[in-house]
Amino acid sequence: MTSRLLDKLNMLDRRWIFLAMAMAVLAPILLQIGSDETPSPPTIKLFDEIERLPEGSRILMAMDFDPTSAAELYPMALAFTRHCGVRRHKLFFVTIWPTGKPMIESTIKGVIQADFGSGDRPYVYGVDYVNLGYLAGDAVAISQMSSDIRKARPQDARGTNLDQLPIMTGVTSVKDMALIVNASAGFPGGKEWVQYAATPQNIPIAVGCTGVQSTQLFPYYPDQLLGLVTGIRGAIEYETMLAAKYPNPYADRSKRPAFLRGGAQRWAHRLMIGLIVLGNGIHLANRYRRTLHP
Amino acid sequence: MSKTVPVLIASLVGCLMIVAYFSPPLLPARQIAEDWFTIVATIAMLLGGANLCLHHVKKISDQEAGWGFSAVTLLSFFITIAVGILKVGVVPESEQQVKFAWSGPFQQEGSGFWWIYQYLFSPIVSTMFALLAFYVASAAFRAFRAKNVEAILLLVTALIVLVGQTRDREITSMFLPPPAEGVPTFIPIAFVTNFIRETFVTAGQRAIMIGIALGVVATSLRILLGLDRSYLGGDE
Repeated sequence: MTSRLLDKLNMLDRRWIFLAMAMAVLAPILLQIGSDETPSPPTIKLFDEIERLPEGSRILMAMDFDPTSAAELYPMALAFTRHCGVRRHKLFFVTIWPTGKPMIESTIKGVIQADFGSGDRPYVYGVDYVNLGYLAGDAVAISQMSSDIRKARPQDARGTNLDQLPIMTGVTSVKDMALIVNASAGFPGGKEWVQYAATPQNIPIAVGCTGVQSTQLFPYYPDQLLGLVTGIRGAIEYETMLAAKYPNPYADRSKRPAFLRGGAQRWAHRLMIGLIVLGNGIHLANRYRRTLHP
Repeated sequence: MSKTVPVLIASLVGCLMIVAYFSPPLLPARQIAEDWFTIVATIAMLLGGANLCLHHVKKISDQEAGWGFSAVTLLSFFITIAVGILKVGVVPESEQQVKFAWSGPFQQEGSGFWWIYQYLFSPIVSTMFALLAFYVASAAFRAFRAKNVEAILLLVTALIVLVGQTRDREITSMFLPPPAEGVPTFIPIAFVTNFIRETFVTAGQRAIMIGIALGVVATSLRILLGLDRSYLGGDE
């Protein structure tokens, strides 16, 4: 009986594993099962810095990602922008990824226009925020921005001359920013912002990165990176702090996309752990059987 | 001569970039060099596009295995370029732009290029990345096995880090006495995960980064001094 079960497990079609993974991901999404997280120090530091900065501080939002990693980084970008919006900071959106510009537009539409576009003090384009769009040249583009923004990009993403935008008054380079917040999916990204802008110009920088990229960026924390938010877990941590500090409206589930994605990730991780344990159980059972029947 | 001039240009610009980093009066010269980098990179991109076309046209004309994929690649390439360059569906949105249909940005919301990005590119790349979850799960079941000491070490570390990264890590503190009021709960597996990350992973990563940096310095010096000309192509 046990031997037959072992034979069946040895011959297990991998499509069953695919089905199990699909169920582990789908069920929490369909049933809206989320997952909360206790904030970790690298995330808390970024949150506290955005809280500490006086209203109207200039923050460069570098959105260096595309749809490939949007599952992890887009909720993070939303949370950062929401927090900056609540604190009434002036936001300068930019990307050095050719496919990153729609990510900026989506963030502006989803946060700035939806949450802060109306009311007593609505966020006005060119006054409270600007979309500088895509800068070609990877690390060189960052270097250009850190010496002269107008050299790197004389117009915004809409084609308006930067000198005609009130938000650009007094801004010559990245040095005029109080903080750089970077959502980074790889090269060029967080590492290049640290090497070519933040460290040479002594500008505080915090990076939100994908889970796999975190090992490359942790060596920069806490000396060169003020804060480091990693993967969906980091995004959930940030949302948790935002919800605790500003429960209306950020405790609402509809404003917490990372929380909802965290449920799917949690169940997928559980399945992975189960599969590793099961796989090794089968391996040990096979070895035991071979010792019994060499 | 055909190689001496490019080597001279590379050496001069390379030296300029290094010196300008430490000497603010040379900033304008550095900015000019950076502008030229962008121009040269753009030309390189055009050459890359031309190379892509030649490669796939050859595959189609030779009817090599999988030539149909090459046809799809070329078709997608030209359609995307045409829609972007002709600014299909773009309308002016800034006061500074002349009032012609094509004077707005090519990636404008509602335009043809935006449509391709939103409804073709975005779902395709997201799907490709999402498939990883299935293959990683399958690999975890079939290949991640304790076959020898090294594999056992890797397996145990991976399991600790994996559990430590999930909320389920809190299960490991269930058997400990409750902490005093105001004191955060001690989570053993989270502590071990942080220890692994801060000690072994960061130390290893720093060693790799320092090694790469030294390699980059050595290679850059060889290029600046004209000793390494392999970037020019050929057999040198």
